[in-house]
Amino acid sequence: MAEEIKKEAPKLFKVTIDNKTIEVPPGTTILNAARMIGVEVAPPAMCYYSKLEESGGRCRSCLVEVAAGSTADPRPMPKLVASCRTTVMDGMVVNNYSSERVLDARKGVVEFLLVNHPLDCPICDQAGECYLQDFSYEHGKTAASRYEFKKRIFELEDIGPYIKLHMTRCILCYRCVLVADQLTEKRVHGVLKRGDHAEISTYISKAIDNDFSGNMIDVCPVGALTDRTFRFKNRVWFTKPVDAHRDCDKCCGKVTLWQRGEEVMRVTSRKDPWAEVQTIDGKPAWICNDCRFHKKKINDWVIEGPTVISRHSVIAQGHYEGMIKPKETLPEVMGGRDPKLLMDIRKVSGVNSVDISQLPGPATSETFKKKEQ
Amino acid sequence: MGRKLLLDKAHIENIRLYDVYRREGGYRSVEKALKSMSPDGVTDEVKKSGLRGRGGAGFPTGMKWSFLAKPEGVPRYLVVNADESEPGTFKDRYLMEFIPHLLIEGMIVSSYALGSNRSYIYIRGEYAWIVNILEQAIAEAKNNGWLGKNILGSGFDCEIYVQRGAGAYICGEETALLESLEGKRGNPRIKPPFPAVKGLWGCPTVVNNVESIAAVVPIINEGGEEYAKIGIGKSTGTKLISACGNINKPGVYEIDMTISVEEFLYSDEYCGGIANGKKLKACIPGGSSVPILPANLLLKTAKGETRMMTYESLADGGFATGSMMGSGGFIVLDETQCVVRHTYTLARFYRHESCGQCTPCREGTPWLENLLYKLEYGKGKMSDIDLLWNVQKNIEGNTICPLGDAAAWPVAAAIRHFRDEFEWHVNNPEECLKKNYGLAGYADPINVPV
Repeated sequence: MAEEIKKEAPKLFKVTIDNKTIEVPPGTTILNAARMIGVEVAPPAMCYYSKLEESGGRCRSCLVEVAAGSTADPRPMPKLVASCRTTVMDGMVVNNYSSERVLDARKGVVEFLLVNHPLDCPICDQAGECYLQDFSYEHGKTAASRYEFKKRIFELEDIGPYIKLHMTRCILCYRCVLVADQLTEKRVHGVLKRGDHAEISTYISKAIDNDFSGNMIDVCPVGALTDRTFRFKNRVWFTKPVDAHRDCDKCCGKVTLWQRGEEVMRVTSRKDPWAEVQTIDGKPAWICNDCRFHKKKINDWVIEGPTVISRHSVIAQGHYEGMIKPKETLPEVMGGRDPKLLMDIRKVSGVNSVDISQLPGPATSETFKKKEQ
Repeated sequence: MGRKLLLDKAHIENIRLYDVYRREGGYRSVEKALKSMSPDGVTDEVKKSGLRGRGGAGFPTGMKWSFLAKPEGVPRYLVVNADESEPGTFKDRYLMEFIPHLLIEGMIVSSYALGSNRSYIYIRGEYAWIVNILEQAIAEAKNNGWLGKNILGSGFDCEIYVQRGAGAYICGEETALLESLEGKRGNPRIKPPFPAVKGLWGCPTVVNNVESIAAVVPIINEGGEEYAKIGIGKSTGTKLISACGNINKPGVYEIDMTISVEEFLYSDEYCGGIANGKKLKACIPGGSSVPILPANLLLKTAKGETRMMTYESLADGGFATGSMMGSGGFIVLDETQCVVRHTYTLARFYRHESCGQCTPCREGTPWLENLLYKLEYGKGKMSDIDLLWNVQKNIEGNTICPLGDAAAWPVAAAIRHFRDEFEWHVNNPEECLKKNYGLAGYADPINVPV
């Protein structure tokens, strides 16, 4: 009798990560256990996405050192393991940020990821909410690149009416492939070729036009898949996130609107602190293309209030705490004189007719329209 | 004269055909196993033999079989890995081409031991003509009642299918092989779960090399203990070595693992010495992905002992002064060969064959290739050698499958043992295009770099 009860009650596994102990149910991965403890011990994850089955293990950014396998077998694991795909054992001891070896390996991974990345953040729509920016900022080396060969370059590609594929920026996390596999009935894109030629593409320029394809943009950790209705419209840190919902017959209809003034610049699904889609009512709150691309008027939506901002975003206050400001050398060089303005580009070009810094509020497309008249 | 168990009848004319093979005593092991042994009995016999996997890693085969999960109502599979793509390794090709029935016979016995009613041979695409040979052998075996339903009245059913790959090196990795066999892109799976628990179509699966399965036949015929008597220590039985490079007699040799590397290299029974009277410079003893060894460390270990052709002895000294038995691709380089060029060629191969799934291998292997290209063509800097070392170190051990390690090890070993040759390339950019570095001190008495 007593034994039967024992079997029914799930035994909890005790796991220690960076000297912090937590009890988790069997089958939990090291990464999820670390996320339960908190931000300070959670390994970074570029390809793992808890809402997608079979994700993870590919980017190698979440490598951790297992110092003791379990209470029964306390031998350390010889290699670093991918924490997103390794399940915990009772009595496991994991070193993450406290291990020099792990941090070294991550430095290597950052370097490899950036070897062929174009680093075009100034013109990339993902900048500000890019996993790779955060990852390289937090784990990368501070030295200049040691790679002196040509970077791999791909042509821009439109995959479907709403999504632009910028393959050069891709880190091949396979998340978008898994989204198409698991959210839609028929996947029409995938990974072609192999090795460093491997690319995400559709088979013979087929368009991706199913109703949930937009979620590929949300799961993309970098700027490889961008929203064509938002491309180059605004920087994400200038837009204000607002929670909103509407009745939608295809999806849950619960979204985040990114506003500039009164204008809805873009619509995304709601993100949790790990920059993943929130779970609402026990289900991941994926949204349909209709909500994402076509409902861009404020009166399409019922506003709930400002979004609590994810720690992963640049717009979060104090994300880069303890950042060192570069030394201002201009006054020193000029010997106390004011720098002379050689050319005011605003006057000469006639393009930027509005001085944004002089506006009382945020600039919207309305501001520009008035000036044109 | 060493003992031969696999290739002892390979010279007989038409041994490829069933009638000849049967006349020479073929399929005795199937009779013995199915009529007088239990499946677990066969596994025990293989365990007793101490047979180690012949595909490269050297994991004990019997142990692997005993790890196979056996849940009720779920089929189990045996998959034979004939995707022999390692540069320098061509032993399985010889085996399948000349005595295909040995493989079929081994597969029937192994399938019986594992309870696999459907077994697969995954063969590399380039071995197109061997597929026909194997299919003919399977048809002959089936016509004579060795395959199909209720074999020899034992109630055991078995079918064997041959599946051709499309010519990817990565599909020789067992989980990538299973993906490919399922008809998907050949990306290695993330382990765990291991194939013994969740393999082909989510069922428990054992993946074995061709030679391991063929070796089951003599083990059953002669008994595991008898087989274990051959060889030294944990390296039991015979091993096929495919020797190539600058030697007088390249080819596939079966050795019992009791001879020294020196004997294998210089005796007329095997390689017959270095071709054209040149001197030995370096050798890769186990297929392209294992570390290269300079002549002095090849013939003697760092401790001064004679190096034997066994798993332990070749690995003696770890990666600092040793290498690995690997898959038995014995590549010999003489004094006229350039190690930098050789390493560049290998790096180019691994760059081409990387599946592109995980970051260090996808981005690291092209980097290695580019750096080695620069060094080989006299455009390198001294710092490139250190960078090369650093890049390989960042790849090694951090990838999903062993391809990353396989790409990193040869580069690491080349720098470790032949650093002066790399430096010579940097210092003499003009000269290195016209001539090679030569032998230098590599064949001299051991000077161990640590």
